[in-house]
Amino acid sequence: MIDLLSYGAFFLSVALTYAIISLGLNVQWGQTGLFNVGIAGFVAVGAYVSALMTTPAATDHLGGFGLPIAAGWLGAAVATGFVTFLVGALTIRLRSDYLAIATFGAAVAIHLCILNLQSVTGGPFGIGFIPRAFAGLADRPVAFSLANLALLAAVVLALYLALEHLARSPWGRVLRAIREDEPAALALGKSAVRFRLQAFALGGAIMGLAGATQAHFIGYIAPDNYQPILTFQVWAMLIVGGSGNNRGAILGALVVWGIWALSASAVASLFPAEQQARAASLQIVMIGLALCAILLWRPRGILGEARILSRHVLRPPSPAAPAPTTTSET
Amino acid sequence: MTPQVVMDGLVAGAMIGLGAIGITLTYSILRFSNFAHGEFLSWGAYLVLALASGLGFLAGGPGSPLGPFSFGWTLPVALVAGIVLTAGLALVVDALLFGPLRHRGSAVIILVMASFGAALTLRSLLEFVFTSKPVYFTDALQIARPLGFGLRATPDQMLALGLATVLVVAIHLLMTRTAIGRSMRAVSENRQLAGIAGIDVRMVIRTVWIFGAGLACVAGVMSGLLVQIRPQMGLDLLLPLFAAAILGGIGSVPGAMIAGLIVGLAEAMTVQLIGAEWRAAVAFVILVAILLLRPRGLFGRPE
Repeated sequence: MIDLLSYGAFFLSVALTYAIISLGLNVQWGQTGLFNVGIAGFVAVGAYVSALMTTPAATDHLGGFGLPIAAGWLGAAVATGFVTFLVGALTIRLRSDYLAIATFGAAVAIHLCILNLQSVTGGPFGIGFIPRAFAGLADRPVAFSLANLALLAAVVLALYLALEHLARSPWGRVLRAIREDEPAALALGKSAVRFRLQAFALGGAIMGLAGATQAHFIGYIAPDNYQPILTFQVWAMLIVGGSGNNRGAILGALVVWGIWALSASAVASLFPAEQQARAASLQIVMIGLALCAILLWRPRGILGEARILSRHVLRPPSPAAPAPTTTSET
Repeated sequence: MTPQVVMDGLVAGAMIGLGAIGITLTYSILRFSNFAHGEFLSWGAYLVLALASGLGFLAGGPGSPLGPFSFGWTLPVALVAGIVLTAGLALVVDALLFGPLRHRGSAVIILVMASFGAALTLRSLLEFVFTSKPVYFTDALQIARPLGFGLRATPDQMLALGLATVLVVAIHLLMTRTAIGRSMRAVSENRQLAGIAGIDVRMVIRTVWIFGAGLACVAGVMSGLLVQIRPQMGLDLLLPLFAAAILGGIGSVPGAMIAGLIVGLAEAMTVQLIGAEWRAAVAFVILVAILLLRPRGLFGRPE
């Protein structure tokens, strides 16, 4: 029973760190229509910045500033927001799938950097001894996991409330207006590029924060955690939950992470130990198939209640589209 | 920097160019960036590997090496069958996934995302079947022969370059001189109008997949012959492929090939000047530069 409680808290905590990334992606894709395929790279930036700021002094890589965890989280969000802003400033004017290719490239480049700049990032060995919140409770596993869960839940809740507020604010309405009918928004004097860039950087900052929370939850990071598979998982989460919908982003993270964890234990019990690596690839096949199936049969996701988005998803934007609705309904 | 960089770059660039032709054709006619194209390269390589070993098993051995090359008769035979199978795979993916989305009038971005899902599935399936351990077509060791000007190349590399040249010329002639080529260009200009004018758009789309996947299979086999075969090879080549397709100008077959050679040369120079670990960054730098400076590429028409 205690084990189950402990495992449940652990499972939910991991799912909530994904929910944070998914909320960040919802700002970029769900609200603004920016196709970011470099999620893994931005999450990595956040994780590394926070790790370097908070770990004790080390000899094999830069850092060891020993700052408090909260400073690491804040630094991660600011730094990743800045990196995302730079990437966006270069690429935000591109056609949607060129932006996808460019962000995919950015993630590859970031991965290469953390792998090869060994004096800064520890290279392939990663960074260990990342301080964990509530370390004082470490000898009482249940209290420790529950405290962590409560902290992450509070972060997700605060983000959710803030993002809901933003989506309903004039700023959020401008984003949707630009996404729905750019010429009309331009005619009203809104700079599409500037608003897109703001949304892109904000989403990136949230992804960086998510990276930091993951790093401090697990206590160890390495370049291999930030492969394209992470990007795919988060996309699956947002699409399953319903993009353009903050509750959908959180629900999708819980559902997809649940399927992932269940399938992991299923393949673990079905395959012998020496076949585990193989079985893991079967799990990825499943996520890929699920993503395709959802796009085919339920492109709006479980909570696809954002009417504006579904119209956008189902048909390509045309200059003859009706005037943008700017009512808040996310 | 030694002159050998040129040879290495050209050989790597020929593979990138062949793969990029598929991307450029899909993009100009189906109007989306196919992230699953790299997977056609890896599937082509593995299909040919399986066929070649199957043939070798039936014939009691892979046969003695053909002339100066490192492989026996099973590989060319398997390559022909592999091209057919890879094209078939692309047609199946289109029929199951892209076709229904297209008929529904889905946004470009949904197609791109679906191609992601397809890439993930196809790549992991390869990893499941063949594991992630690298494999080779042959374990024969080839000696590079001097070609003059300080350049050296193995017979396999020369063959790959020659084959790539022949294929690009053939596809270019096909696009510019035949009825199906004219239909393809018409559909890429305006699909509705082409349909009204009596062009069988579905046939054109099938042709695009067959050409793109067939060339990808050849590129994958070349890469397998000259380097190695891994399930990740398509993913690793994806960025160079996109860089070449965009640099060459979307829709241009010769452009994709020339841009492929440029990307290959740039990668080879980076390996020499900066270090092999930064090779993968080259394609990204070229990509961003070309998107910023000349988004329609070297040979592209304005959109």
